[in-house]
Amino acid sequence: MKRFELISAADVPAAAQARSVTVADAMRTKGGRPATDAVVLKAGGIDLLDLMKEGLLEPGRIVNLRDIPELARISEEPDGTLRIGSMVTLAQLAADPAVRARHAALADAAGRSASPQIRHVATIGGNLLQRPRCWYFRSLHHHCARKGGTTCFAFAGENQHHAIFGHDGCAIVHPSTAATALVAFNASVELFAAKRGTRVVALEKFFLGPSQDLSRENDLKSGEILTAVVLPPARPGMRSAHLRQGELESFDWPIADVAVVIEVEPNGVCRRASVVLGAAAPVPYRAKGAEAALVGKRISEDAARGAAVAAIAGAAPLGKNAYKVPVFEALVRRAILDTARTA
Amino acid sequence: MADAITRRDFLKGTGAALTGAAVPGTAARAAASPPATIGAVPGPLSATFDVNGVRRAVAFEPQATLAEVLRGPLDLTGTKIGCDRGACSACTVWVDRVPVASCMMLAVDVGERKIVTIEGLATGDTLHPVQSAFIAHDAIQCGFCTPGLVMSCAALLATTRDPSRDDVKAAISGHLCRCGTYPHVIAATLDAAKAGG
Ligand SMILES: Cc1cc2nc3c(=O)[nH]c(=O)nc-3n(C[C@H](O)[C@H](O)[C@H](O)COP(=O)(O)OP(=O)(O)OC[C@H]3O[C@@H](n4cnc5c(N)ncnc54)[C@H](O)[C@@H]3O)c2cc1C
Ligand code: SF4
Ligand code: FES
Ligand code: FES
Repeated sequence: MKRFELISAADVPAAAQARSVTVADAMRTKGGRPATDAVVLKAGGIDLLDLMKEGLLEPGRIVNLRDIPELARISEEPDGTLRIGSMVTLAQLAADPAVRARHAALADAAGRSASPQIRHVATIGGNLLQRPRCWYFRSLHHHCARKGGTTCFAFAGENQHHAIFGHDGCAIVHPSTAATALVAFNASVELFAAKRGTRVVALEKFFLGPSQDLSRENDLKSGEILTAVVLPPARPGMRSAHLRQGELESFDWPIADVAVVIEVEPNGVCRRASVVLGAAAPVPYRAKGAEAALVGKRISEDAARGAAVAAIAGAAPLGKNAYKVPVFEALVRRAILDTARTA
Repeated sequence: MADAITRRDFLKGTGAALTGAAVPGTAARAAASPPATIGAVPGPLSATFDVNGVRRAVAFEPQATLAEVLRGPLDLTGTKIGCDRGACSACTVWVDRVPVASCMMLAVDVGERKIVTIEGLATGDTLHPVQSAFIAHDAIQCGFCTPGLVMSCAALLATTRDPSRDDVKAAISGHLCRCGTYPHVIAATLDAAKAGG
């Protein structure tokens, strides 16, 4: 890694005044090396160090958010809203009693991401903002469209880990496993900027697909600090599940993951459903057909099977990732049935 | 509480009285109001690390990882660097008793927290029960991944009295062993737990 200056921000306003740019902006080049004068933010540093060690990012200055204690807390508001500070680690999130009790799918998604060693350091804010894992994107030798080049190498190349939905010029899958569950729970993010103060955006709107902007995965603006993830209160009869399928049993990013959140009437009929697919599309993919298929039904094998078929409708696999379609179908079916465990 | 990297050490290190310059760790908070402005800081940072129960002064560049500082200036080469990307866990050490991948943590981020490496696990000449069990079960081949695995398994036993096989598998899920010692590692750890590790 190249040398950089390190600044420790004492609080959020100080961090917001540090003239940071987004890592997407700092990485985008016409070709050759990335900019060497950029100021970027650091949380746990896992993705940042990864990009820097590969030579894909060479910031001149890093603003460390590690010393801002108020960002590392989970707090509950009187109405049951949970505010998860952006510097809360994946391990903290997975172990939090309130999250485990009411948002089991999120605790499971966070608790089964990466390895224990990474979860102890990786923060939820950094996790949502990590850059994609597409191997062309991560290779210094492939100046692909997402980095400012003109080509997507994945369409004609090794695309076994790429998207089966929404690959409009770029076929990344969103790398955050926690995001799958957070979108299913209709979570929002709080973003602080020096002059403007805080804006709150639904996570589903915050993520951007390639047809909206091919060079960044989200609407973080330069200078903005992600301060918290906001989870709406649990609703009556709410149950959830998250399932992941890895290539191996161990730590790697999943090849497919699914979060299901349903609300069930006392008579057992499903009132509302969110079904979200991770590692399926450039953003967490809401399977609206599966949601519609569940509402008004009792949760049963048949209902789950029908919803799973609806979830994969419209899938457009690439040359080497058609295997993902039946994997998602099975995961959706099992996750719907699994929600009964959290009842 | 003493700062891990004191402002004084820092200024001594740079040889110039920079005000509000880039100061890592808690020092910035003590010095900051108004918030730290941004200045160029040449030269290494100085810090005092609590490693295996001993406080040791060390100097390193801002981009140095904990793994590099352990193996370099601190001469604790038991910690191995395999992938250097967080993907093999060979570099696992404890930071405040929690296993982390030291290759993916900047050394400055350690701050006041206590580091334990494989060199600090035994008590004098008495091996940690996990170390003894690894020997008894022949859970080592080339040994490159072993220090990291021992640190993860010992951390598990420190928090879980009677771990199941699945608990051990989860604890070592980040480790790559090219020689395939996994079954022996699991058996050794379960044995160490029974022995009261
Ligand atoms: C072996 C391995 C396996 C992994 N497996 C998984 C997996 O299964 N699922 C998964 O989801 N992830 C996985 N990861 C990725 C890992 O979880 C992320 O790299 C990590 O969560 C990033 O968090 P961080 O705190 O380290 O972020 P950093 O690296 O510090 O930051 C990441 C990005 O976010 C920006 N940023 C961070 N915090 C803020 C903030 N508060 N405001 C504004 N910008 C900010 C930074 O500028 C940077 O661009 C894996 C990683 C490894 C090494
Ligand atoms: S899928 Fe996206 S990130 Fe990967 S090569 Fe194509 S443009 Fe680049
Ligand atoms: S060397 Fe640190 S995880 Fe591989
Ligand atoms: S013993 Fe050789 S890598 Fe594990």
